[in-house]
Amino acid sequence: MSSTSQLALIARRSVSRTFRQPVLVVPVIAFPLILLAVNAAGLSSVTELPGFPTKSYINFAIVVCFVQGALFAAISAGTELASDIQTGFTDRLALTPAKRWVVLAGATAGGASIAVFGSVIYLVVGLIFGVEIDTGVVGALVLLALAIYTAIAFAGIGAWLAVATGSPQAVQGMFPLLFVLLFLSTMSLPLDFIQKEWFATIVEWNPLTYLIDGMRGLVIGGWDASTLLPAIAVATGIMVITFTGASRSLRKRVQRT
Amino acid sequence: MARDNGIEVEGIVRLFGGGIRAVDGVDLSVAPGEIYGFLGPNGAGKSTMVLMLVTLLPPTEGRATVAGFDVAKQGPQVRTVIGAALQEAALDSFLTGNEHMDLQGGLHGLSRNERRTRGAELLERVGLSDAAGRKVGGYSGGMKRRLDLALALLHRPSVLFLDEPTTGLDPQSRSALWAEVERLSREDGVTVFLTTQYLEEADVLADRVGIIDHGKLVAEGTPTELKAGIGQVSLEATPVNPNDRERLAATLARFGEPAAASPKSVAVRLAAGAAQLADVVRALDADSIEVADLQLHQPSLDDVFLQQTGRSLEGEEVDKEPAS
Repeated sequence: MSSTSQLALIARRSVSRTFRQPVLVVPVIAFPLILLAVNAAGLSSVTELPGFPTKSYINFAIVVCFVQGALFAAISAGTELASDIQTGFTDRLALTPAKRWVVLAGATAGGASIAVFGSVIYLVVGLIFGVEIDTGVVGALVLLALAIYTAIAFAGIGAWLAVATGSPQAVQGMFPLLFVLLFLSTMSLPLDFIQKEWFATIVEWNPLTYLIDGMRGLVIGGWDASTLLPAIAVATGIMVITFTGASRSLRKRVQRT
Repeated sequence: MARDNGIEVEGIVRLFGGGIRAVDGVDLSVAPGEIYGFLGPNGAGKSTMVLMLVTLLPPTEGRATVAGFDVAKQGPQVRTVIGAALQEAALDSFLTGNEHMDLQGGLHGLSRNERRTRGAELLERVGLSDAAGRKVGGYSGGMKRRLDLALALLHRPSVLFLDEPTTGLDPQSRSALWAEVERLSREDGVTVFLTTQYLEEADVLADRVGIIDHGKLVAEGTPTELKAGIGQVSLEATPVNPNDRERLAATLARFGEPAAASPKSVAVRLAAGAAQLADVVRALDADSIEVADLQLHQPSLDDVFLQQTGRSLEGEEVDKEPAS
């Protein structure tokens, strides 16, 4: 059996078990939308500031949902994989001819699939509530693709944490840290509008800023390679680093000969 | 079986951090089609041994082959010929029995049709046909163990590793699993390497038994041979008055060496055999010790363990038996 077929089987199992646990799916859908509603209501007046890039705060904030969804997905993917390690299910898979990377990638599919599902819902809800995407239908599809790509990259963070610690609790414990990272980005305001120098410096160095700005550029402002390409580069970088780290950690954890 | 599906182990060692020698120079040989019982208390090194033989843990020293393949150098080949049900059946509680079969069969390269037919056949054999469409989270411990066994057999392995397969099972489930393991060995010629902490399991099921303690093989042979090596019958007595236990022990000590007994009783291995029973009764009468129960025991594997290690396996087993 080819690695692709094995990957499909393990991914299908991961997706099935994930969607059979509403506790994993509901927060990913509900929480970013609730936060969007709260922010859109409370911060709408910032759009009146001179130079703010849009007159609709929901246009500005909608992409935060995609990044939040990807963060949730990362935690779900990591928790599920850590649980597999803890219960011995990873050993069960290791006793089959499946390659290590197949086990790793397949196990994160459930988390990534929640992000895909969530991204479609955020977009549909956003469009219903008046979000206008400057780059049109093609831009909306690219936005979805970038959100999914980001979710897969973030799933790598969850996977690495899972394999390194082998503990679902440890993975979940990292969630607040990732969430703080989101608040230290251009989530609520563009970089130019952040007055505090230390805050602006952190925002500038925060990889999430580039992901948010890349997605946001598609919604407000039109096609712009200077925001889109860094977003793709950051997601690719996160993906390569985290999956490489996870793969190496898995080699130590499952010492299959 | 087309090829020799035995197991050969030479001087195998597994070191863990802190210099712990979980398995310490074990040599053993399991003949094709044989059921080999690897008996020992918790922490003796049984599971470490299984993990090395199923290629999930490289040995630190020594060599082992399974069906002729080196476990350290030919992992992929070993995995194609073995089936394994490791300790605590690792199943996905959100998947059904059928979905487990489909996933594992697919990963072993079985076609969709084969997965369906072979899966249904095995689920029926282990008595899970009716539950095949239910999520495993709702299965009992016995059902999970049986599903684990069925999964281990899916790709028709010639060597089967079962790590404490009946721990926590009720007697009925235990007997059913024993019957299936025996059938696999006798009818299908599958070699079975089975670890257990249950004396009865090793005694009833295994053709040969290896007793492991602190990572070392302390005795090996057929259950009959091992027990014959002990030779002596033991006598166990329970005093009516628990306060008489020490006096009882002193009286019985005149007839032989102490043996494993339940906490309320005293046991000795009778130096001159069952013929001493009348003398024992007279001595108890003379010392005015009333007994509530008096039993003669043929030598057991626990006696073998006691003789080799100075400790009773049965005591540990009673202490550590999980609640069912």
